[in-house]
Amino acid sequence: MSSTVLSHDAAHHDAHGHHHETFLTKYIFSQDHKMIAKQFLITGIIMAVFAMLLSLLFRIQLAWPDKEFPILEVFLGKWAEGGRIRPDFFLSLVTIHGTMMVFFVLTAGLSGTFSNLLIPYQIGARDMASPLMNMLSYWFFFVACVIMIASFFIESGPASPGWTIYPPLSAVPTAIAGSGLGMTMWLASMTLFIVSQVLGGVNYISTILNMRTKGMDLWKMPLTIWSFFLTAIVGLLSFPVLVSAVVLLIFDRSAGTSFYLSDLVVQGQILPNEGGSPILFQHLFWFLGHPEVYIVVMPALGLTSEVISTNSRKPIFGYHAMVYSLVGITVLSFIVWGHHMFVTGMNPFLGGVFMITTLIIAVPSAVKSFNYMATLWRGNIRFTPAMMFAIGMVSFFISGGLTGLFLGNAALDINLHDTYFVVAHFHLVMGSASIFGMLCGVYHWYPKMFGRMMNEKLGYFHFWLTFIGAYLVFFPMHFMGIDGVPRRYYAFTEFAFMEKWVSVNILVTWAAIIAGVGQLAFLVNFFGSICRGKKATQNPWNSNTLEWTTPVEHIHGNWPGEIPSVYRWPYDYSKPGHNEDFIPQSTPFSQTMSSNMPHDFEGNEEAIRIQEQWNKDNNRVEG
Amino acid sequence: MNLKINNGFKSIAGLLLIISLFFAAPVMAMQSDSTVVDTTAVATAPAAAATVDSAAAPADTAATVAAAASDASTATTATAKVEEVKTIDPQVYKNFFYYVLLFLVICTIIAVIGKIHSVYVLTRKMNGKYNEYGNNNLQAALFLVFLVVFFAFVYYSYVVWGSWSWRDAATEHGQEIDRMFIITLVITTVVLVLTHAVLFVFTYVYRAKAKRQAYYYPHNDAIEKLWTIVPAIVLTVLVLFGFFTWRSITNVPEELQKSAIQVEVLAEQFKWSIRYPGNDGEIGKRNYKLTTPTNPYGIDFKDKSSWDDLQPQDIVIPVNKSVRFHILSKDIIHSFYIPDFRVQINAVPGMTNYFQFTPTVTTEEMRDRMNDPKYDFIMLCNKICGEGHWNMGKKVIVVTEAEYKEWLATQGKYFTEDLQKEFASNNVSEGVKTASVN
Repeated sequence: MSSTVLSHDAAHHDAHGHHHETFLTKYIFSQDHKMIAKQFLITGIIMAVFAMLLSLLFRIQLAWPDKEFPILEVFLGKWAEGGRIRPDFFLSLVTIHGTMMVFFVLTAGLSGTFSNLLIPYQIGARDMASPLMNMLSYWFFFVACVIMIASFFIESGPASPGWTIYPPLSAVPTAIAGSGLGMTMWLASMTLFIVSQVLGGVNYISTILNMRTKGMDLWKMPLTIWSFFLTAIVGLLSFPVLVSAVVLLIFDRSAGTSFYLSDLVVQGQILPNEGGSPILFQHLFWFLGHPEVYIVVMPALGLTSEVISTNSRKPIFGYHAMVYSLVGITVLSFIVWGHHMFVTGMNPFLGGVFMITTLIIAVPSAVKSFNYMATLWRGNIRFTPAMMFAIGMVSFFISGGLTGLFLGNAALDINLHDTYFVVAHFHLVMGSASIFGMLCGVYHWYPKMFGRMMNEKLGYFHFWLTFIGAYLVFFPMHFMGIDGVPRRYYAFTEFAFMEKWVSVNILVTWAAIIAGVGQLAFLVNFFGSICRGKKATQNPWNSNTLEWTTPVEHIHGNWPGEIPSVYRWPYDYSKPGHNEDFIPQSTPFSQTMSSNMPHDFEGNEEAIRIQEQWNKDNNRVEG
Repeated sequence: MNLKINNGFKSIAGLLLIISLFFAAPVMAMQSDSTVVDTTAVATAPAAAATVDSAAAPADTAATVAAAASDASTATTATAKVEEVKTIDPQVYKNFFYYVLLFLVICTIIAVIGKIHSVYVLTRKMNGKYNEYGNNNLQAALFLVFLVVFFAFVYYSYVVWGSWSWRDAATEHGQEIDRMFIITLVITTVVLVLTHAVLFVFTYVYRAKAKRQAYYYPHNDAIEKLWTIVPAIVLTVLVLFGFFTWRSITNVPEELQKSAIQVEVLAEQFKWSIRYPGNDGEIGKRNYKLTTPTNPYGIDFKDKSSWDDLQPQDIVIPVNKSVRFHILSKDIIHSFYIPDFRVQINAVPGMTNYFQFTPTVTTEEMRDRMNDPKYDFIMLCNKICGEGHWNMGKKVIVVTEAEYKEWLATQGKYFTEDLQKEFASNNVSEGVKTASVN
């Protein structure tokens, strides 16, 4: 390794000599936000593929519970003896699929990528507030991923008590095989992951607060930045609570404490723990767990806001309302966690209170959806692949969000809690919607990341396969839930009333397989276009935000000369009177006299006077 | 398109792929044919059996080619199989690669279609007939088609899957829940249909056109207030309705709690144990520390009210009588879930949870209603609890009052004769111990 590094270094010296970047500092331990964003994205994509394969494995089991697939034994060995996945391994698959998707893909892969990429670019900063912390954030995340995957290579198998790891199942190794070493690795991985999130979150917040360019006041920030900012705040306040939950669980497992354990007789063995409460863990877990849902979906909402506005060639409708609804979601997300616990034996009155707060959070979400539609109204819509995914995201956000009205209602939740209805709900509203937000971001900002364009045709193909596939996979699950089929069931064959759903499961699994294989179109497109895509122009989407004023070639510090100043909000699309249908944020009003509106000057009387003079001279009548 | 580089390489690779398929198809057909013969010869070849289905299709096409060869190979593969029962049948790998090849073929076809399309676009461009907005219009139209198909799909699923999944609740409070469910369903369905219609009609109507300019319309406070307040009002109604229903289910007055039939359910990996109070109407104390192989429930027999506690196999309850369930767990968290009753509460170790309800339909009536003479109410475990989670149920039988009394009289007691003896001897020794301490 060191020799290649040296020679590379030497070659560089000869070539330009102005910077001392080795392969190691440029691509591996990079402190540059653009490179770190790419690292997050590619790691996230790899984790997504891995987690998706896990889901295909358990989908196969659910669709054909009585069939043998000897090829599975080739890959999985004793976990699929005779070609059938074992029940405990099934639970491991479910657990790790959930953990990876929620934390590694939709938290780190989404926030990590786009916060790193877009925060310095869009607020006009040369890099993050602390590039070193930024690098550490990625490497803690990377190690967390490695540990999680490594748990597939140990004797007792990966953790298997569900991604919510409720003790005592996760605390007592005799209760299930996965609660041995596999669970220890899960906890270690998650602790490192939280460190990564906290390092990242502090960095995002301080960068946004301190390093905005001249003129970029908070109300001129793009909605992407608002969403990353609020997401980072949510993460910073909630992730440490998960650390405490995890640390106490580690104590219970390894040090013999009884925070979560009491009155247990496991496998005929009376355990000595006394006085703890499993409900305590659930409170601590969901205090993170529910905000986590918004950590996952808010960046997706931010990205789609930007993409929908740009591609409708229209300002986002109700910018202030969009920001306030994000703020509302941020605040409310901390006081709704109890709706995961209506039937756990939590005081029922408390359940009633949580129900009220939960349904309030539907209001800002509804406002956002309506504002998206109003943005499309009378637009001039360009269906780039990114725009397709953004529209798909809105569709999922609505159809998944609506079922939240059932689950948030404590009385209805009695019958729906922990059934497939829940699975359908969250896979649509936070799974599919966030993944679509992320993909929309990837298609939109790919030219900024790699300096090349992605193949559009493959993009459309990928979109339609995924969009239809996701609906076919998740929509039927609502009905299984209404029928009372519990989630995390290994097979639907033991109870007469469930047997009818096996046929639907076959449909679902085929849809999942086809949509899953369809992701190869994305992978080929993504990795293929890095070297072979069409060269991107500086501003391929005619967008207003600052990142498109940087050169296509990445340079350290983002802008070659001075950082541009910002004069206007980011959504001046199709402003009447202007010769183009977009006006970048860095364009001063003095250059757009023909399209300025009195409102633009925010009460600056001198500017208004000059504008009025100009209007008179040029016979302009303001509309 | 990024296909222009390495075009030569691509065509060669494609050609190789096709040639290899040419060879592979008959060979695979032959292989699968031989397994077909195999499975008939060797009845105990489960691995091969699964593959027959998948391999049968190509086998048909080339069956005649391979017919002669298969006879010869049958004997050898059959003997080989007897020798290596434990190892994986090579056919498994072949089938796997068959699917991989099939997938590659599909990829090639898609790539070829893409290529043809780009050639078409190129010629249109050369002829000056290329419509810049063609693809944009296509995608907008596809969204419109999607809208129609989506509505059809939603309608189908409501009608078909909806009727599969919906059964009226068989309890008093369940009817309340059902009513609220239907109201919420109507509201959400209307919103779903309207929003999706708006979303996809807008995307079609306002698709980009050469002469169109988007309407600069950054905000409208009045309309934003409207669509903040309307959802807020609808939600307030739902919340209030839900809150009072929830309170009425969970907040049972004390005298009704006492007058109800008491049943205790103890969950453990992976079964449920049931305890009825017996004649005294009181369930005896339980202490997990007293759990022994003979007393797996951990009943404290020093508490005399436990002596007449009954140990039935199924949960049997009388119709139209309020029943109060005490839910306990022995090891980890389980969940006591009866979908038909709209009843669920977790079984948590270290605490007792309660759920009180009144069944309104007997099992017999439900069977008539469902037109299924085997239909049973079932109680399921609904909280992940280990490898047997999916198979942890218990029958719930609702009968008339008279039948219930009759049934109750035939149930055995927890305090069996063996336990009585053990208890007696323990008590003696304990008595001696305390005496000596004193």
